[in-house]
Amino acid sequence: MEGSLNMVGYGLAAIGPGIGIGLIFAAYINGVARQPEARSVLQGIAILGFALAEALAVIGIGLAFAL
Amino acid sequence: MLAAEASEEFHSPGPADFEYPQIIGGFSKPMLIIVLGTLAVALFFYFAVRRAGIVPGKLQFAAEGFYGFVRNSIAADAIGREGIKYVPYLATLLAFLIVLNISGIIPFLQFPVTSRIAIPLFLALITWVIYNYVGIKRQGFGGYFKNMMFPSGVPVAIYPLLAPIEFLSTVVFRPITLTLRLTFNMFAGHLVLLLCILGGEFLLLHVGGLIGYTAGAVSILFGVVMTFFEGFIQLLQAYVFVLLSAVYIGGALTHEH
Repeated sequence: MEGSLNMVGYGLAAIGPGIGIGLIFAAYINGVARQPEARSVLQGIAILGFALAEALAVIGIGLAFAL
Repeated sequence: MLAAEASEEFHSPGPADFEYPQIIGGFSKPMLIIVLGTLAVALFFYFAVRRAGIVPGKLQFAAEGFYGFVRNSIAADAIGREGIKYVPYLATLLAFLIVLNISGIIPFLQFPVTSRIAIPLFLALITWVIYNYVGIKRQGFGGYFKNMMFPSGVPVAIYPLLAPIEFLSTVVFRPITLTLRLTFNMFAGHLVLLLCILGGEFLLLHVGGLIGYTAGAVSILFGVVMTFFEGFIQLLQAYVFVLLSAVYIGGALTHEH
């Protein structure tokens, strides 16, 4: 076996953003299910929240390769 | 394993796969893709509006649809009525990013140029200059930083904690996260594709046997599926980059009190 321990660490670090993104889209789906006409408003907000939560995972993979 | 005489060992793809050799005199494949992408965007919009008519042709319809999407779904939502002024920048940014991202799944190009950090960094710096300039121009130099660091409606005791966080997040971390988000999404996506396709090729050609052929076929198939998924991610990330740029500009334009 070869490889870097960084990647194991990154896998663990990605759990947090994974849960966060899951919560965001769960809320989005709930919102659309309750009020389908609000979809276009919710979509932008959901993607914005997804992008902000995902930044953590993305910084993690950057550091995993850089360190 | 049946045919374990695999002469060479499998080298998993890494950051080294993002370094391309020069074709001639410092001109490499990513540069070629940037030039082609810029030409594609420029020619598309040139021919789309060359004979602009009241009844739009197919190309003009596509260009107007694209521009209208940026105006209505990004600028109007994130900035507001003043957003019209920034639509040219946002539309150019979106077109450029879509072309450079999607080059990752176009046959023969197959390299998302935005996975090299210089390009997202430069575009993020342009956005940084724009939203800081707009904010300072609108609210004054002192007013801009005062509204940013000392928003009203917050207990005074929180200010020592809040002010440095707000300053750092607005001035320092916004361009950094904007850059890294795009870069490493493209980087990780390209890496996954490389792993699926190169791994599948290695299993089929160098390992063989029942396990090698089965796993190789599955791997290649998964690579094809991931290519389509990657196309979706590339469009989404271009949209996210432009949406966040618009949100930052909108935030700098409005007083928070």
